[in-house]
Formats: sequence, C-alpha cells, structure tokens
Amino acid sequence: MYVAVKGGDAAIAAAHAWLAEQRRGDTALPELSAAQVAEQLGLAVDRVMAEGSCHDRELAALAIKQARGDLIEAAFLLRAYRNTLTRFPAAEPVDTGAMRVRRRISATYKDMPGGQVLGPTFDYTHRLLDFALLAEGEAPTPPEESEATGAPMPRVSDILAQEGLMRREPPGDDAPPPDLTRDPLPFPAPRALRLQSLARGDEGFLLGLGYSTQRGYGNAHPFVAELRMGEVEVLITPPELGFPISLGEITVTECQMVNQFAGQADTPPQFTRGYGLSLGHSERKAMAMALVDRALMARDLGEEVTAPAQDHEFVLLHADNVEATGFVEHLKLPHHVDFQSELEKLRSIRARWEAARNGVAEAAE
Amino acid sequence: MTASAHMQAPDTDPGYNFAYLDEATKRMIRRTLLKAIAIPGHQIPFGAREMPLPYGWGTGGIQVTASILGPDDTLKVIDQGADDTTNAVSIRRFFHRVAGVRTTTRTAEATIIQTRHRIPERPLTEGQVMVFQVPMPEPLFKLEPRLAETRRLHALGDYSLAQVKLYEDIARQGEGGSSYSHPVMVNHRYLMSPSPIPGFDNPKLHMSPALMLFGAGREKKIYAVPPYTSVVSLDFDDHPFRPVRAPHACAACGSTTSYLDEIVTDDRGGRMFVCSDTDHCAENQMARKAAE
Repeated sequence: MYVAVKGGDAAIAAAHAWLAEQRRGDTALPELSAAQVAEQLGLAVDRVMAEGSCHDRELAALAIKQARGDLIEAAFLLRAYRNTLTRFPAAEPVDTGAMRVRRRISATYKDMPGGQVLGPTFDYTHRLLDFALLAEGEAPTPPEESEATGAPMPRVSDILAQEGLMRREPPGDDAPPPDLTRDPLPFPAPRALRLQSLARGDEGFLLGLGYSTQRGYGNAHPFVAELRMGEVEVLITPPELGFPISLGEITVTECQMVNQFAGQADTPPQFTRGYGLSLGHSERKAMAMALVDRALMARDLGEEVTAPAQDHEFVLLHADNVEATGFVEHLKLPHHVDFQSELEKLRSIRARWEAARNGVAEAAE
Repeated sequence: MTASAHMQAPDTDPGYNFAYLDEATKRMIRRTLLKAIAIPGHQIPFGAREMPLPYGWGTGGIQVTASILGPDDTLKVIDQGADDTTNAVSIRRFFHRVAGVRTTTRTAEATIIQTRHRIPERPLTEGQVMVFQVPMPEPLFKLEPRLAETRRLHALGDYSLAQVKLYEDIARQGEGGSSYSHPVMVNHRYLMSPSPIPGFDNPKLHMSPALMLFGAGREKKIYAVPPYTSVVSLDFDDHPFRPVRAPHACAACGSTTSYLDEIVTDDRGGRMFVCSDTDHCAENQMARKAAE
C-alpha cells in the first residue's frame, strides 16, 4: 500500500546530528575556539560583522564556528541575534577624521599631512603559498615600533574641498536618521538609506557591481582619495544627560573615492564623492561600496542612467545576502502543489500543439 | 627547456623557472608580441596566466617582461614615474627573486623598463623596450562596453564614437579630451589606449626609437607600437591636442619642462610641486651641482 511521505522528525534530528558531527570534524584534532577564530581568522570576523550589521567580535566568531566557516550563514546567525537586542538611541556621527589610524593611504597624492601609513596589508605581498605555515611554528617577529608622531591626519577629501573642487554634501539636519532595519526602503532611495543598505550588502555582489562601473557599465572615473582603517570612538547622547558620553571604540574602514563630474548650467565642473564605510577591516568592501555609492548618484546628478550599478532598485533590492540566500535556497522547499498544476498545464498545451501539427500534416497530404 | 637550466642565475629562488613563467608560456607570449608588433596598435588576445600579484597591479606587464627578459638584461620598474613607489619596489623585488637580473633606477642604463602611468622624461634610445601595465586595453570601453561590438568598430576603422565624444567635450567644457588615457591613432590605422599615462606623455610615443609593449593581464590582451611608428593623439585640426602639466617649476631640481606631482604640505592650502620622474630629477640635481 502506498504511504505518503511525511516530514519525519527523526530525519530532521538525524540530519542535524550529522551536521554537528561534520562541523566538529575529526575529534582526534583539537577543537577550534571562538577566540582562535576571532584572533586568527580576523578578516572573516570583520566581514561577518559588516554583513551581519553587528559589531561584536566574539559573537561573529561564534557564528563562524557554528556555520562551519560559511560566512553568509554566519552573517545570518548574527543578524537574527541582533534583532533580539534592546535598541539604544542613535549614536552621534562617528568622526573618522579623529580616527586612531592603523592604515591610511591616498592614491591621489604622493604625500600629504600625516603621510601614507601602509599598515597591516596584503598589498605588495607576492601571492606565493607560504608552506612554512603548514607547520606550527614560532610566532612571527613583530616589526619595530616607532613613536607615533601625533601629527593630525586631515581627510584628503577635506583638502580638496578647501580648494572648492569637491561637490558640497547637503548639510545635515537634526532629524533622526532613517533606519533601514525598521522601515522598508522607499524608491528612489535617499542617500542615507542607500549607504545603510550598501554597508550591510554582500561584499561579492558589490564587488562585481563596482567592477562593472570600471569596465564601462556606468562610466566611472574613480580615484581613491583616501582609504583609512583604525579605531573610532562611538558617542551617544542620552536624553536624560543631554551631553555625549563614550560607549567605547570600534574598528572601521573608510574609503572616499573622487570622481569627475561634468557639471551643469548652475553647477561648475567638480569632483564628486563616492563613500564607503564598513565595520572592521574590510577594504575591498569599503572600496566597492564607494564605487557603487557614486554610481547610484547618477540620477541625482542628472546623469544618464544606463547601467545596472546605477539602478537603485536593481542594486539595493539584491545586495542583501541574507535576503538573497533565503530566496534562492527556498527553491529547495517542496513546491509539488504548484508543480502539479504546471505539469497539467504543460500536458494540456502540448496536446493542443500536437493536434495542431497533425492537422497541418493531414491538410498537406 | 635545457636553455632555462643554465639561464638560472645563482641567487634566484630554485623552486621557480627563470622569470617565473614556464618556457612554453613565455614562447606563447612572445608569439603574441610578434603579432602585436606586426599590426601596430591592434589588440591581440592571449592566454594570460594567474600571477602571484593581483589583477590590476601589473600582471599583464609582468607577463610581458617575464617573456622577454634574458639574464643579460637590466630592468627598471617605475610606478607614477618613480622607482621607489611601493608597487614598483614589489615588482622589482619579484623579478630579482625569480630571475636574478640586474636592476637599475637609471633610465639610461635600462634595457627593459616596466612602467605604470608614465613614460620617462629622458628620451629613450634604440634597443630599449618599454613595457606598459594596462588596466583597460580597449580605448572605446567607456563609450561601448561590449567587446564584440568594439572589435567590429576596430575592423571597420569606425572611430566616430570617440570623435563625437571629443566634440561634445569641446562643446561643453571648451576643451577636449581626457586628462589621462587619451586615445591615440597608431600608424594611421588603429585607435589605441596609451594606458593611463597623462596626456603629457602621449607625444613621447610618436616616432620613438624604443619598442613599446602593452600588456593587459585581466583583460587578456597584448598590443604594441614598434620603433619609429606614427602615434597621434586624437584631436581636431582647430582644437589640437594639448598636453597638460602643472604650471610650476620642480621644487627639487627646478625643471620647468617635466611632469610634476602635487604634494600637500599642510591643511591650510600649502602645496609643493616636484618631478614625478625621480631618476630625471636626480640627474638634473647632479648636473646643477656639477655646474655650481
């Protein structure tokens, strides 16, 4: 007798037990701790914090461990957790000009006040596998430290702005900033919401879009005015106090790209800014974000919108990897009710098609 | 293959073939180069390899240099005109490590000069080879991103898109053209991207005694300008191409003819201008001292 397939609690429990076993791997090897992930896979942690929209290294490391290194799954875990937290008031805007800089480079000037600080970077390494890392060895010797000069490091975009060559950003107001995580996106989206969306958007998706603008799909002429990474202070002003207090420091990466803009009848030709800001140390993300931010300004600047990266809906509705992975992967769920009607439909139109063809054949005979 | 064994310089990394790439790959690239030289300015596709430096950082130039480099060559590597910029240092170290060739910062001494964004100020001579790192080999890509279409336009010699763009720039801004990467007509036939060199350097390509090779790794194209070939910046008779430099003298050597870098000295508008070509600047300073 035929028995319909049921969900099967036992099957699900077994699958999850198997998953846990796979996650742990060979038990003859020591287990990886979340602290080890946070320390030694730090850039994975940074990416998960950025896409998970939550600055907490320990929780992000835990998410990576639990997700077996699947970073989108880890960002998903962190996002889900984030929504269980009580919300504080919005912070004051972070002052990246006052950043405690660990890395700061400009591609537009050979030198500028504060200088170029290379910092910890893969840039200029030769991508040759270092087989020495296969063996557990001694800790690498730390580089020599020099005294911090304490010289100020003004933002390069501010230096250009002094000469009046940078397009002025509209002044901010005291209205609380819109919040992507509380209200749905309107279209066309204001820049504050676009930047929020890009900041939590998928690094790979933004990378591909940013790259497309460099290859002629969106007509970008970008220069990295400045890329800086380091610690910034987060301040909040509790209403009962009325003055800002420090919550602590977070690591961020900021990228400011300058792009030429032809100007209009009432605007002189000038540079425009593409802006990228990402939690943790994530230069690829901040740079891609800055490229896409500039591309999305096309509409506001009266430029022709021709490329995918310039299309608000195309970019902002597809940049979120938690949304995207959910909908793509939902295709694994049962769809047999819909599919049954699709089957019947196909059989029916095929029968018509065959009848029509036979009719043609008979007429020809 | 046996040739490569004795070409191995004594202090190079023994784990890698001379100049990193295997001999068959180098031969494939040299064949592409010959074809490129035979059709000046025409882009030839080639099977670019993954290199241990990232795309966009000079993988095309590095593959070309690796393919033409011999143990007797003297290599100079510049980025933004300077030998001491980080990427130039990195590429020079790479070739020192995998080929053990002699390197120099002197333009006059070099047999091969790999460059990003500049042509040296000192006139090049016969026998010297310039290798350009090229990010986007297609001069029309900002006007037509689809490669199947640009290939057709090159075949027809139809460069009206570029001419109309130039016309529109002149009509709107009063002056034409891009400040860098300004397209050139090579041998009166192919429109070519000179790579993102400033327009100031474009005239140096015209009738140069040196061989100019252009390598684009990510886009998998090679092209070339043979010695003594006509290279003309795209322009109109009544709006001739105008190379631009900052209107100052170099703060270090006093040159009023070299291309200058602008250096921000403070956040109150202070600026200083110095030669972008560090070797040229040093030569000028030495000549000045000798004269004193």
